Amino acid sequence: MTQPADLLLPLATAAAAGLIGSIAVMRRMTLASDALSHIALPGIGIAILLRLNPIVGGLVALLLGTVLVWALEHKTRIPTEAIVGVVFSAALAVGGMLTSGEDLIEALFGAPGRPSRPELLLGLAAAALVIAFAIVAESRLVITLVSPDLARTAGIDVSRLNLLFLLAFAATVALGLRFLGVLLMGSLVIIPASTAKHLARSLHAMRWISVAIAMLSTAVGALVARALHRDAGPIVITIASLIFFASLWTRRGDD
Amino acid sequence: MPIALEVAHLTVAFGKTRVIEDLSFEVEAGSSLAIIGPNGSGKTVLVKALIGSLPFEGAIRWPPGTRIGYVPQKLDIERDLPLTGLDLLRAKARVSGTSGSEVTRVLGLVELGAETAGRPIGTLSGGQFQRLLLGFALMGNPSVLLFDEPTAGVDEPGEEGIYSLFRRLQQEQGLTLLLISHELSLVYRFADKVLCLSRRRAWIGPPLAILTPERLQEAYGTPMKFHVHDDPAG
Repeated sequence: MTQPADLLLPLATAAAAGLIGSIAVMRRMTLASDALSHIALPGIGIAILLRLNPIVGGLVALLLGTVLVWALEHKTRIPTEAIVGVVFSAALAVGGMLTSGEDLIEALFGAPGRPSRPELLLGLAAAALVIAFAIVAESRLVITLVSPDLARTAGIDVSRLNLLFLLAFAATVALGLRFLGVLLMGSLVIIPASTAKHLARSLHAMRWISVAIAMLSTAVGALVARALHRDAGPIVITIASLIFFASLWTRRGDD
Repeated sequence: MPIALEVAHLTVAFGKTRVIEDLSFEVEAGSSLAIIGPNGSGKTVLVKALIGSLPFEGAIRWPPGTRIGYVPQKLDIERDLPLTGLDLLRAKARVSGTSGSEVTRVLGLVELGAETAGRPIGTLSGGQFQRLLLGFALMGNPSVLLFDEPTAGVDEPGEEGIYSLFRRLQQEQGLTLLLISHELSLVYRFADKVLCLSRRRAWIGPPLAILTPERLQEAYGTPMKFHVHDDPAG
């Protein structure tokens, strides 16, 4: 049975996803961020093999993968897209090798079941941290996405900020692993933010539309899933996608 | 005169290609230096090294407490990026710890209306966007302004306006000005010193000494003419 308290972590996760997603989409990281989320898979596979908590395995893989992507981007002049593409394919291959059958499906689309109390508390704390980062660092992130050179002359440590952003992104994906799974969590970061980008004409609007759509899809999706006795993940993302397609019919003032 | 910038034996290389080699010069505080030279002579590379976004050998010394306002050459902004001019200026105000009224002040300085500043930056015209970037650079009380072709994409009257604004700001606030420009006639009138880069060597000196037909031909590899609007003495 779903209780209102069970929605607490998914909604906090959705708020984090909406905020991080709006920056990721403005940074033109749409494909990269979707791929980045798959890095969790080998971690989940290894954790299942070792009989550890798969979410923790996923989180560790995400954080390591993120630092790897950042370091490659920082040390080489290879474009991020290419790095993420390679790391993503490798992660998917290794993850597929380690995980199989039912476990793989659960890792990809989310597992039913309630998080343990420590997992819930840790999740809420991580969501709060990501949300706080997105709000506090927003100005720096916005200047950096317009031009890293402008950011540098404004005294922003661009390299450190990029690492923090990628880590916040990784944490956001890890938050959604149980509820949505590896494949669908990337979508909760990207789809509401892409919808917001189509509708919004200012930063303020972008941020809040993205958060609102992510939270609305999550809440409605969870309720529909309960009524239909289905897993919530695919329903949440279907709703978010329907809102995206509906938004395409809405014309912006200047078009 | 105190020194606002000292560059000593600067070398910037991409792989084995040295774009800038053993370049040394100084800029006095409160003066204006124009950087000229043909395409590929390393003007933008020099500016990027000065702001710390390219690795280099040698020394670049800004005195402690230097605050740089930088206007880049051209930014590739998506048309539908949901970010207004005001969003960008407010972000700078927050980062530099200045008050929100600073936004209104710089909009007045660069003569950009609030209505224009409230539009998404991808929809602004070249000149409007350049004024916005200038306003961005002027926030947070900079001591040095660094411009990479500040008037690219701006029509001629607009260009005059922007250079006059530089001059005014420099005289009122004692700012040091470094700018890359292709407008030799404007350089002639507005710069105290000219740094002319070419692929082989560099020259620095007052405009009268650098902007000679012989020197320009040597730097650009082709005869150069430029139009002096005013009497250089005046």
